[in-house]
Amino acid sequence: MKKYVHDLIVYDKQVLNDEYFLLELTYSEPLPDMLPAQFVEVLVENAPGVFLRRPISIHDVDYEKNTLKLLIQIVGEGTRRLSLLQTGDTVNLVYPLGNTFSMPEKPGILLVGGGCGMAPLLYTARYFRDFGFEPQILIGARSKRGLLLRDEYRKYGELLTCTEDGSHGTKGYVTDHPVFTSGKIDVIYACGPTPMLKAVGNWALTSNVHCEVSLENLMACGIGACLCCVQKTIAGNKTVCQEGPVFNIKEIVW
Amino acid sequence: MVNLKVDFNGLKLKNPVLTASGTFGYGEEFADFIDLNSLGGFIVKGTTLLPREGNNYPRMAETPSGMLNAVGLQNKGVNYFCEVIYPRIQHYSTAVIVNLSGSQISDYVQAAEMLNGLEHVPAIELNISCPNVKEGGMAFGTSCASAAAVVNEVRKVYKKHLMVKLSPNVTNIAEIARSVEAEGADSISLINTLLGMAIDVNTRRPKLSTITGGLSGPAVKPVAVRMVWQVFNAVNIPVCGLGGIMNAADAIEFMLAGATCVQVGTANFIDPMVSVKIVEGISEYCEKYGVKRVSELVGALQVN
Repeated sequence: MKKYVHDLIVYDKQVLNDEYFLLELTYSEPLPDMLPAQFVEVLVENAPGVFLRRPISIHDVDYEKNTLKLLIQIVGEGTRRLSLLQTGDTVNLVYPLGNTFSMPEKPGILLVGGGCGMAPLLYTARYFRDFGFEPQILIGARSKRGLLLRDEYRKYGELLTCTEDGSHGTKGYVTDHPVFTSGKIDVIYACGPTPMLKAVGNWALTSNVHCEVSLENLMACGIGACLCCVQKTIAGNKTVCQEGPVFNIKEIVW
Repeated sequence: MVNLKVDFNGLKLKNPVLTASGTFGYGEEFADFIDLNSLGGFIVKGTTLLPREGNNYPRMAETPSGMLNAVGLQNKGVNYFCEVIYPRIQHYSTAVIVNLSGSQISDYVQAAEMLNGLEHVPAIELNISCPNVKEGGMAFGTSCASAAAVVNEVRKVYKKHLMVKLSPNVTNIAEIARSVEAEGADSISLINTLLGMAIDVNTRRPKLSTITGGLSGPAVKPVAVRMVWQVFNAVNIPVCGLGGIMNAADAIEFMLAGATCVQVGTANFIDPMVSVKIVEGISEYCEKYGVKRVSELVGALQVN
């Protein structure tokens, strides 16, 4: 897929809580095609401690409205600076980057997201829904306040939740959710912190279920040039930015 | 109309802007963003005789005005380059230069012999300055005797333009430069990354798997400009300057210090179109100051 450098315009910004915000961006021309699990590299301006772009996964794309949404967690100076953007501001993106999830072959689709790893799953669910699938979407967080935009996710599939403190849905980690014993899972697509991906991946491997995970390694260029973000795989080190972020769990050497 | 062409000791470049090894992949990664043919040249990823997996993750840490890397020369080896990559990139009408690294002199020599046979690779950049490999690399570039020895041996088999990339991690850069010049280097590029380190204070662990790594970006630019100026004044072969160039003014600064051409490195990560913007910016600068040939800028620093 062709990659672009574009100045997008902030169409809307929604502060979800003190940790998360949603940026909706538009462009003067039709946005390029984007796929689930792909990401953008955002230029952070006017932040003295920030040198590199920030990789942010694509949360949603609305081609009719010609907007792209990014669900961003404030984790440092770069994302904090981005949280100060206002409607009408310009944001420079390199995008769309990375590969995508494979198209499911069977109906039992489970999307699993932990923390900010829930971000790419909205567009993934929407995308699969457009192909006639009805995914289940399992989102885990520490507590209820981390389960964001639940009504949005419900538009594209059945939403399942779990929280570590039990404030919403099943109490515990995502792998504690009863969906894993439902016998209805044919394929899992997951994104989130590494311990969660390992746990979900191990379950899939022992249950002989196809599982793909989207990784979030630290990266610099985002386009496969610097080789900073590599993941060890059975076929050697692969770039998360270009050969990933999606890998079959069977490929990964943790 | 400004004449941007430079003659880099026989290597004819359409303009003085190249891209630095390790920051530009094999050029193809940037083909969506820029016309590679509008560059003076590009220097491909550090290549070694045998394939290398590189270092463990994490390999990168952002630092004030720059970054540390510890990639460790991950590449598929010179055979793979010659058979798979070269056929894909040989058609570019710009100088395609291969950065060559090794852990012993015989590795450099064998690989250089193979690269000598590639019609559309007019030059190699001998990397005796990589800080991220256990043996070889920077070890060759930090003493005059070992730098001279590797250049001497490679010179015997490599008949085209031999550029030698120096490490800034030395006490006297001019001496190293003179020693590689004496062994027949056609040009010198500098600087490679500065050895650096960063610590996560929350975990008390190093931010890189290798503990130390190479610092690049604008943070190193004043060091690089100083070293280019020192080397320019120490040798008669031309110098290619690099280290933290982010824009045309930075590139011109290097040229005024004595660089005949420059390499754009880490800036490619921030703006994949920056190299071409720098070509344009140099041209605009020349027009503004009535410079007819860009080569007039080389070493044009006014000290009085």
